[in-house]
Amino acid sequence: MSLNPNLLLWIALLPLVASVIAGLFGRFIGRQPAALVTILGVGASCVLSLVVFKQVVFDHAPVFNDAVYTWLVSDGIRMSIGFLVDPLTVMMMVVVTFVSLCVHVYTIGYMADDPGYQRFFSYISLFTFAMLMLVMSNNFLQLFFGWEGVGLVSYLLIGFWYTRPTAIFANMKAFLVNRVGDFGFLLGIAAIVYFTGSLQYSDAFAAVDRIAAEHITIFGGHAWSALTVICICLFIGAMGKSAQVPLHVWLPDSMEGPTPISALIHAATMVTAGIFMVARMSPLFEGSDTALSFVLVIGATTALFMGFLGIIQNDIKRVVAYSTLSQLGYMTVALGVSAYSAGVFHLMTHAFFKALLFLAAGSVIIAMHHNQDIRYMGGLRKYMPVTWITSLIGSLALIGTPFFSGFYSKDSIILAAEHSHIWGAGYAQFAVLAGVFVTAFYSFRMYFLVFHGKERFRDKPFPAEQDHAADDSHGHDEHGHEAHKGDHGDHGHAHEPHESPAVVWVPLVLLAIPSILIGGIAVASMLGGSYFDGSIFVNLEKHPAMEHVAEHAAHPGTMGWHAFLTLPFWLALAGVVVAWFLYLKRPELPAAIAARLKPLLWVLERKYGFDWFNENVIARASRGLGALLWNVGDKAIIDGAAVNGSALTVGWLAGIVRRVQTGFLYSYAFWMVIGLALLLGWFLVGRH
Amino acid sequence: MQTTLLSLLIWLPIVGGFLVMALGARVAAARWLALLISVVTLALCVPLYAGFDGSTAAFQFQQNLPWIPAFNARYSIGVDGIALPLIILTAFITVPVIIAAWTSVTKRVAQYYAAFLIMEGLMIGVFSAMDALLFYFFWEAMLIPMFLIIGIWGGPRRIYATIKFFLYTFLGSVFMLVALVYMYLQTQDYSIAALQAMPLTLEEQRWIFLAFFAAFAVKVPMWPVHTWLPDAHVEAPTGGSVVLAAIMLKMGGYGLLRFALPIAPDAGRELDGFVITLSLIAVVYIGFVALVQQDMKKLIAYSSIAHMGFVTLGAVLAYDIVGATGSPAGAGMGLDGAMVQMISHGLISGAMFLCVGVMYDRVHSREISAYGGVINKMPIFGAFMVLFSMANSGLPGTSGFVGEFLVVLAAFKANFWYAALAATTLILGAAYTLWLVKRVIFGKVGNHHVAEMKDVDGREFLVLGVLAVSVVLLGVWPAPLLDMMRGSIEHLTQMILATKL
Repeated sequence: MSLNPNLLLWIALLPLVASVIAGLFGRFIGRQPAALVTILGVGASCVLSLVVFKQVVFDHAPVFNDAVYTWLVSDGIRMSIGFLVDPLTVMMMVVVTFVSLCVHVYTIGYMADDPGYQRFFSYISLFTFAMLMLVMSNNFLQLFFGWEGVGLVSYLLIGFWYTRPTAIFANMKAFLVNRVGDFGFLLGIAAIVYFTGSLQYSDAFAAVDRIAAEHITIFGGHAWSALTVICICLFIGAMGKSAQVPLHVWLPDSMEGPTPISALIHAATMVTAGIFMVARMSPLFEGSDTALSFVLVIGATTALFMGFLGIIQNDIKRVVAYSTLSQLGYMTVALGVSAYSAGVFHLMTHAFFKALLFLAAGSVIIAMHHNQDIRYMGGLRKYMPVTWITSLIGSLALIGTPFFSGFYSKDSIILAAEHSHIWGAGYAQFAVLAGVFVTAFYSFRMYFLVFHGKERFRDKPFPAEQDHAADDSHGHDEHGHEAHKGDHGDHGHAHEPHESPAVVWVPLVLLAIPSILIGGIAVASMLGGSYFDGSIFVNLEKHPAMEHVAEHAAHPGTMGWHAFLTLPFWLALAGVVVAWFLYLKRPELPAAIAARLKPLLWVLERKYGFDWFNENVIARASRGLGALLWNVGDKAIIDGAAVNGSALTVGWLAGIVRRVQTGFLYSYAFWMVIGLALLLGWFLVGRH
Repeated sequence: MQTTLLSLLIWLPIVGGFLVMALGARVAAARWLALLISVVTLALCVPLYAGFDGSTAAFQFQQNLPWIPAFNARYSIGVDGIALPLIILTAFITVPVIIAAWTSVTKRVAQYYAAFLIMEGLMIGVFSAMDALLFYFFWEAMLIPMFLIIGIWGGPRRIYATIKFFLYTFLGSVFMLVALVYMYLQTQDYSIAALQAMPLTLEEQRWIFLAFFAAFAVKVPMWPVHTWLPDAHVEAPTGGSVVLAAIMLKMGGYGLLRFALPIAPDAGRELDGFVITLSLIAVVYIGFVALVQQDMKKLIAYSSIAHMGFVTLGAVLAYDIVGATGSPAGAGMGLDGAMVQMISHGLISGAMFLCVGVMYDRVHSREISAYGGVINKMPIFGAFMVLFSMANSGLPGTSGFVGEFLVVLAAFKANFWYAALAATTLILGAAYTLWLVKRVIFGKVGNHHVAEMKDVDGREFLVLGVLAVSVVLLGVWPAPLLDMMRGSIEHLTQMILATKL
């Protein structure tokens, strides 16, 4: 039984239609109808995705690869919009629509009192459409369309509260940094068209051997392998979208957006687009060890060094954001060691538990009246039992506790890194192992500070002034205690935190279930079995790491028990214990340690100086160059000297010539005589 | 076969323009008549489009009458796939320009509308002329209404701007006239087809190419002969800016494709590096210059120059593609990209200038610093502005992406660095456009002028809405535009790559 193209079309289009209705007619249809329309659209899309998932995975429907319509034909090259639906695609479709649906429902509660309610629903539905177009594409054009489309919605949502100066700075920064990545991505696409004359994935994959023999000369006489150039260019795009060092700088700032989109866009789906793309392009990347090593080193650096930054954050969302950066690094490491399926598998488990952690953080933020500083939380487990338990589940999954989803995916990546022989694998292996400790430490630092220990949320008077100085009219009053009104309507005891309403906690529970189970259920098939055969290509002779992973992954139970004997488990445990010791047992210690490690802290607090460099060197130099070219090039040289200069010269010459025309007859007669004399003289002398 | 449809398209707005002028002080009647004429002109494009066959390079809807027998110059008009989209664009853009001026122009209203209608007819004439002298006639005549529009309805420094505009373009055109006369003396024929077919030595071609290039580079405008444009835009009334950016600049690109390259293909092969260099300077250098502009119209003007760099780049890539790959595959893509970029830029720059006009009507300032947080008071307008800004940044799904994408793909075939430098527009274009949006549209309400701003009325909504739909439609489904041009672009590619030696 083959897939129905109309069904696929509806999966993508329903969220778009809902988005258009909520966006263009939101003010006419009202708040709840707008929410309802988008939820129905995304919900239907999710159900249909599950249907397609069943058809592809269980009924073994053949891979769907066909065009929907022709975008244009130029110079004999047909560029079309079309779908490729195989096991990799359906997995992404289900993850995207499911997380999106949870976030839609959650938004009802989180944004309840926000004046931009309909706009918000419109944006997240539009995002779902763009993300589906991205993952379902069968060609580079549509991939780029979805790629930039999700970037657009990310821009709109980070700047959702557009009166906040920090938000509109963050969204511009996000878009521009992504554009730096897209610059590379576009060149990669251009290179593919150059070598294959087509934008179709299938044509590019079929031509790999031919491209591998080609070279491009970029600098001087050195010829680069064409595949290396293509893969590195494409990966630069992935570095922007999936926030890899040094193009990661936009992701922490993106936390300026409302929390639901941090969960959906900046944790679960959009930021993983780069990982998905590289996995999709595995036939190309397999042909270039240079590119793979590049991917590996970037990923390993991101995984470890962004994890360090998670330790010193005090904003609950920023802790989760740095954790996301670090986990994206893990996925990238998996790509670098040719364990694409492990990377994509971690993408899936991470989507669930990280969306869960973000939404739980949002639930805490609601209870804390939009104070996001974890130093002023503590002891919340008593007041918010669902949020507490689900957060604990998310954290345990994140640190790779055996039998949780995150364990299967993360341990597979570590295994793959251990068994890779590619250049940079040693560094990556160290980074991902050290990262286990770091992850456990910052995760449980946050967990203990928020849910256990002394109740510090009364210490600081509301509103929180420090982190939300910029938080003006859109601050707590408009979207602040929305959740409370539903169950109390009474603001008298609003200082006492309490569990969020059902529309908020039900999505947490829905996400907690796959955070625990999906790894154990799927690992045998996805990593140990043949799930990704045909979607992901690995040259096992050259890159055998995945073989070792598959051996373990085939037996999830054994893999879980075996983990207690391996280093990652003990590292994670150590991280939890140290966090417990420092933040619950001896809470005075962290400050003392910080005082001892001032220089290190100085570096970490400045986030290694990337932001400083971008703002003070790159941005300033660009504006300086612009001013220079404008003032000197355009105004002084072209306009001043050349244009107005020639006008002045003409005027000056005219002024001189004008003097000759005195109007006096004797003057003309005089010049005539002189002229005659000169002419005669020339005739007489020059003739010889 | 003779048809009068094209003549109608040219002369209806011109004659109608004089009728509108005759209405004089009857302002309301002048407005409605002008609108009627522009809408009918646009409606005339429907049979033109419907009856057009894009698969052939042949000129269609031809009309050929004697004009100046002494010079063997004929009133010979027709359209091919290169002229047709530009004619439709001209007729299309004039309607919003007329509507946009409805309440914002209060001085010499009838004359204002008359000037735009007459200009519309003359511009359609430029694109449909098949006779070089006729082309030159329309080309120069068109300057007069634009000169008057800036000079009468313009800003405080309008006299400086008009004279700069006129001298710049006129100076360029004189060289073109010399080239035309030179070729006429050889062939005794002004028909463009004859000029394209005439044999020329490399030396002759070089001079002819440079003469044409002088005229067209000023018009595009290319660096370094671009400095008239920001001044002209800043001083021009909104409608003048729209027509200038949307259509007049396209005549430079059109001329390059119609005259310079097919008439002097070998010179093009020799001088393409020069043209490519200037085009890439336009993209990169002007991108940086746009970044630091404080005046919204200047910023958009500089952005226009940068975007038009893609037109000139795409136009001459063919030679380097053949040189680098030994095959003409991809040459047509550069030309396609150049054409699409012209149409798209017409829509987007027109829309951007209309947006500035909407704000100017309310606050009477073009300074970026005079605004801030406009979206708080004008949410619908803000949405339009963000959409057009995204299109200006080349977002896929908008028309701004299509042309740039095709040109970058073609440029890669010629040289990696051409593509890389052209692709910097992804970063620079987004940087100057989104920084503009950040400072003007987003943020808190900047001052009491902004606080008093009212959102777009129905008339403005209609104008911006129509443009928004076109920008998105062309971005999502550009195939009809490409199909319209196919035959002509193939023919043009052959002509450009053929040698006359």
